Amino acid sequence: MTTDKNKLLYDSSENDTVSNFTNSNLDNNPILECKNLVKSYANAEALKGIDLTINRGRIVGLLGPNGSGKSTIIKLANGLLTPSSGEILIAGNKPGIETKKIVSYLPERTYLNDWMKVSDVINFFKDFYDNFNAEKAYEMLQKLNINPNDKLKTMSKGTKEKVQLILVMSREADLYLLDEPIAGVDPAARDYILNTIITNYNENATIIISTHLISDIERVLDDVVFISYGKIFLTKSVDEIREDEGKSVDTLFREVFKC
Amino acid sequence: MSWTFNDDRPIYIQLMEQIQLRIISGVYKVGDKLPSVRDMASDASVNPNTMQKALTELERTGLVFSQRTSGRFITEDSNMIKHIRNHLAKEQIEKFLYNIGKIGYTKQEIIQLLETISKEMK
Repeated sequence: MTTDKNKLLYDSSENDTVSNFTNSNLDNNPILECKNLVKSYANAEALKGIDLTINRGRIVGLLGPNGSGKSTIIKLANGLLTPSSGEILIAGNKPGIETKKIVSYLPERTYLNDWMKVSDVINFFKDFYDNFNAEKAYEMLQKLNINPNDKLKTMSKGTKEKVQLILVMSREADLYLLDEPIAGVDPAARDYILNTIITNYNENATIIISTHLISDIERVLDDVVFISYGKIFLTKSVDEIREDEGKSVDTLFREVFKC
Repeated sequence: MSWTFNDDRPIYIQLMEQIQLRIISGVYKVGDKLPSVRDMASDASVNPNTMQKALTELERTGLVFSQRTSGRFITEDSNMIKHIRNHLAKEQIEKFLYNIGKIGYTKQEIIQLLETISKEMK
C-alpha cells in the first residue's frame, strides 16, 4: 500500500465504523439525570441540590469523602429513597418497576440469605431478572475459584463480595450502580474484577462506581464526579484532569479533600 | 512487553506512546492487523473508550489506519516507522547526554566510556 492510499484512509477516520465505543449519537439521551436533587433526612441535608447528567457508554467514578452523599444518590437512583425535592430520572423515567429492569445495583451491604448456596442464589437471580446471564456468572465464579456449591455462610467477607459483584455484573443491564464494589476484595481479585467490568459491559451501558479506592480504578474510568457535603464539586474526564492538572485523580482527590 | 502507566499524564497519550513502541520494536509488524479495541483495552487494563481515543489519535498520525469492514492495521509505510524509530533514539540519546553531562563528563569522555561499558556488557 502506498502512502497516498494511507492518507485517504486516515482522512476518513472521522466516521470510522471501527469506533464502537464512541456514543455521540446517544449523548442526547442520558441514562441518569438529576435536576436540583435534594434529599433531607430528619436532621441533616444529605444532598443540597444536585444537577448531574450521565450519558450512555461511560464508566463513571462517583468520588467523595465519607458522608458526602454518594450512597444517597445511588439509593435515590434505585428508588430505595425518594427525593425531598427535585428530580432523578433513569433513561427518562422516575425510579420504579420499569427502571429496575434496566438497573443492576450492588448495595454497600449484603442482602443475600446466608443459608443459600451460590447456585441457589444464581437460580434466584435467574427467576427474578429476565436479563440475568447464568452462564456468565458460572464462568466468572470459576475464574475466581469459587465453588457454586458453597454456602454463603461459610465464605469470607471478601469472597461474599466477589459473589455479589459477579451476580450484579452478570445482568445485561443499561445502568450498573456499584456502591463500594471492591473495598473488601484482595488486590489480585480486584484486577480480575476490574478487567471483567471493562471486558463484559455492553458499550451502550453505563457503570457508576462509588469508591474511595481511586488509584485502583482510575484507569478504567472515563469520567469522575467529585461530591462534597451534598454538592457536586467537579465533573471531568480522567484524562482532562491529568492534562489540566498534571496529576492523577487520586492525587487531586487527596488535595481537594485534605483533612 | 507489559503496559505501565504513570500518574501525571493522560492515559491515552501513554497508550499512544506504548503502541508506537510496540510498532517500532516489531511486536506489531508492518501491515499487521491490530487486535480489537476491546481486547487491547483488556490487555492494558484500561477503559475501552480510552483505548479507542489512543487509536483514533494514532490514525491521525498515520501510523495506524482503519479499513471500514475489516478492522485496524499498522501502516505499511516502513519509512515512517524507521523515521519514528530514529526520532525516539535521538530523544533517548539527548536525554542521556543531558543527564550524564550533569555529572560532569565531557562528550569525548562519554564516548570512550560508552565503548568500554558496551564491551564489558557483552
